[in-house]
Amino acid sequence: MVEGDMKHGPLLRVNRLTKFYGARTGCRDVSFELWPGEVLAIVGESGSGKTTLLSCLWGDLMPTAGSIEYRMRDGRMRDVMRLSEAERRLLMRTDWGFVRQNPADGLRMNVSAGANVGERLMAVGARHYGNIRSEASDWLGRVEIATDRIDDMPRQFSGGMRQRLQIARNLVTGPRLVFMDEPTGGLDVSVQARLLDLLRGLVADLSIAVVIVTHDLAVARLLSHRMLVMRGGVVVEEGLTDQVLDDPQAEYSQLLVSSILQA
Amino acid sequence: MNKQHYNFAYLDEQTKRMIRRAILKGIAVPGYQVPFASREMPMPYGWGTGGVQVTAAVLGRDDVLKVIDQGSDDTTNAVAIRGFFKKTAGVETTTQTREATVIQTRHRIPEEPLKAHQILVYQVPIPEPLRFLEPRETETRKMHALSEYGLMHVKLYEDITRHGHIATTYAYPVQVDGHYVMDPSPTPKFDNPKMQRMAALQLFGAGREKRIYAIPPHTEVVSLDFDDHPFSIQQWDRPCELCGARDSYLDEIVLDDKGKRMFACSDTDHCERRQSAQGEARHG
Repeated sequence: MVEGDMKHGPLLRVNRLTKFYGARTGCRDVSFELWPGEVLAIVGESGSGKTTLLSCLWGDLMPTAGSIEYRMRDGRMRDVMRLSEAERRLLMRTDWGFVRQNPADGLRMNVSAGANVGERLMAVGARHYGNIRSEASDWLGRVEIATDRIDDMPRQFSGGMRQRLQIARNLVTGPRLVFMDEPTGGLDVSVQARLLDLLRGLVADLSIAVVIVTHDLAVARLLSHRMLVMRGGVVVEEGLTDQVLDDPQAEYSQLLVSSILQA
Repeated sequence: MNKQHYNFAYLDEQTKRMIRRAILKGIAVPGYQVPFASREMPMPYGWGTGGVQVTAAVLGRDDVLKVIDQGSDDTTNAVAIRGFFKKTAGVETTTQTREATVIQTRHRIPEEPLKAHQILVYQVPIPEPLRFLEPRETETRKMHALSEYGLMHVKLYEDITRHGHIATTYAYPVQVDGHYVMDPSPTPKFDNPKMQRMAALQLFGAGREKRIYAIPPHTEVVSLDFDDHPFSIQQWDRPCELCGARDSYLDEIVLDDKGKRMFACSDTDHCERRQSAQGEARHG
C-alpha cells in the first residue's frame, strides 16, 4: 500500500475472528480483507458458521477472539469492538447497512414506506418533512417501487417489494458497507432474478462494499467478486468467485459445486 | 376509620424517603425516568397512584393542596384525592390555583402562571414516549442514554403523512434541557409552552410503571417538530361562553340530546375567577 494513501486501503479487515458457544465452535480463525466497492460472498451449508460470522461483524454477537477493523470516513482504521457504543450505533445507521433475510425483521411494519426510508435520515438529524419525503420518494423510485405507494404500509407490499424497500431503507444514508443475509431467500425465482439485477446495479453504481451470506451459489456467482467457503466454522477455501466455482480446490467446495442441480 | 391510624400523608416515612430520593435524582437529571419502588395505593391504577405517591412524599403540614382532573376541581378523581389527603394528612385544601403550594393534576396545567413556591405533580399513565415505537425497554433506555430520538420524528412524520399535519394533540413529546425526550403525560399540547421555563417545580409520577421524573424550575422544554411543520397549539374560533376568555383551553360540553353544545374553559378556577371579576366590575 502506498504510504499516505490512506483512503485506498481495505475498508474492512477481519483478523482471526473466533466465536465459541461454550465448548462448541461458531466460527474459528476467520480472516479476510474487504476493499471498497468489493462484493464478498460467504457460502456454505447451514450450520457452517456463516450467520455467526455475520452477527459478529454486525455487532449482534461478541466474538470470543480476533479483531474487526474498519476504515472510517476520515480514512483511519478503527477497531470496531473498541468504538464507544454511541460511535458504533452511529456507524451502523449511517455508514453500514444490514439487509435481513426476512424483511419484517429489517423494516418497521407499522409505519409507512416513506417513514421506513426516512427513518435513518431523521436519525441523523433531518428535520425538514418535505426534504425527507422527496428523498424517500427518490429512493423508492431507485428500487423500482411506484412512488405513489409511499404512504402505504409495508404489510401491503409483496415479498419482493418489501425486500426492495428494505434495501432502500438501508441505502438512503449512502453507506459504504452493507451486510446481506440471504437477501433472496424465500422469493420465487423470477422475483429473485429481478432483485439480483437491481442489487447488482445499485452496488456497482454506488460502489458499495458488500458482505453477502448465501447458500445459493448462483447468487454468489451473479453478485460477488470473491468468495469464502465455510464448513464447520472454518474457511475451507477462498478466492475469486469464478475461480472457486469453476475450479474448486477444497474437497468440500468440490462437493458443494457438484451438488447444484443442473436445470 | 380514625385518621390517627394513618401516618402523615398515608405512606410510612421510609417509603416517603425512598420516593424523595427518586425525586431528587429526577431533578438532578431533568427528564430522565427514575425507577422507584411504587407502592400499592388504596385506589386503582390509572387513577393517579403515581401522582398520589409523589404528592405524599413532598407534602408538609403547612402545604395547601389543590387537585385538578381535566382542569376541574370537582370531578370524581379530584374530589377523591383531595379528600384522601385531607383525611390522611389533615392539610388545608383549596380549589384556587394561586393559594395552593402543591397542585396535583391530571391532564391540565392551570392557566394562571405558576410561581416559584409551588409544585406541580402530574399523574402519568405511560412515562415512556418511545413505548409504542420501540417495545424493548433495554433498547429505549439505550436510545435515551445516547439521545437517539430519530424514531420520535418517525411518529411525527407518520402523523403528517396521514393527516396532513402533526395530529398528536396530547402527550406531545418534548425535549428537556437539550437531552431527554419526555412524555408530558396526557396534557393537551396547548399546555406544552407553559412547561417551558416554568418557575414552579414539575414532578411526574407513574405508579403502575414505577417511574418518577422531573423538570426543575426554569428549564428549557422544547416541543419536537419539523422545520416545515412547526409546533403549534390548539385554537378555537370562539371565546369561553362563561367568562369570554380567548386564550384558555376550552372544553366542548354537550348540553342536550339535540346536539346543543357550548365551549367553556376547562380550568374551572380560572373561569370562576374571571367571572367573579366581571361581576364585581358590573356591580361595583
